[in-house]
Amino acid sequence: MKFAVVVFPGSNCDRDMYHAVKEGLNEEAELVWYLDADLSSYDAILLPGGFSYGDYLRSGSIASTSHIIQQIKKAAADKKPVLGVCNGFQILLESGLLPGAMLANRDLKFMCHQEELRVENNKTMFTSEYQKDGLIHLPIAHGEGNYYCDDAAYQQLKDNKQIVFTYANNPNGSTGDIAGIVNETGNVLGMMPHPERAVESLLGNADGLRLFQSILTYWRNNHAIHA
Amino acid sequence: MRKVKVYITLKEGVLDPQGKAVKNSLNTLDYGNVNEVRVGKYMEVMMEESENLEAQVEEMCDKLLANPVIEDYSYEIEEVIA
Repeated sequence: MKFAVVVFPGSNCDRDMYHAVKEGLNEEAELVWYLDADLSSYDAILLPGGFSYGDYLRSGSIASTSHIIQQIKKAAADKKPVLGVCNGFQILLESGLLPGAMLANRDLKFMCHQEELRVENNKTMFTSEYQKDGLIHLPIAHGEGNYYCDDAAYQQLKDNKQIVFTYANNPNGSTGDIAGIVNETGNVLGMMPHPERAVESLLGNADGLRLFQSILTYWRNNHAIHA
Repeated sequence: MRKVKVYITLKEGVLDPQGKAVKNSLNTLDYGNVNEVRVGKYMEVMMEESENLEAQVEEMCDKLLANPVIEDYSYEIEEVIA
């Protein structure tokens, strides 16, 4: 399976994402510069964390106007797995691939520590290797991770089972303790916590690896059907 | 040439932690009668004149300058004499 890690000016978790796929999952990964990318030959698209365009205007807003977003939208429409972590999540929100928006953390602090998360939905292509309602730990590292959507949008997320991860102890003020959501078709996941920073027990935590393994499982099952 | 003054404010009901911190600071400076502060953005956009300038400005606000999920915007257009 071949993953594209899209690199924007200011991305800084791209190497971790690459490493997670290459060394953690033992699958193919390529760092793809946002200007000269052709995403058509990849099986999954990963949008890494960081501060694309220095978070100018709003986090993710400038990146969401770049031409590569059209290719990412096409990959999403083609039902390919698209994962945005942290700034990648913010880009997915700003580009309209996921509903809602990000606000500054409730207490305005940049937060960088492990958080306990609940797996709300393990029937997605990103979470099949987790237990439903299982508690996992992943690092967070953000100043604007306070997910916001209005009541109607929140109800819709709940009804469609689009809420995938919630915080056990909401650190940033997110609506409904939301840490990660998928789109309606379930193939675009945005999340603030960093699974790519938790893929090795040697470094203290491998809870994130199962997310990448879930994507691989999905892809293999899908390919077996088509083969 | 036109100068477009764009004002972007957080929607009512959207919490503004930054505004709250500024409000607390003003209270600390003994401005006890300050009850609330909301922080927004102001932009000046210089544009060539065109027939549908207003529609274009609104489109730019919807697409990029403001995020309609959390923000409202308003604008004024001024003539600039070079």
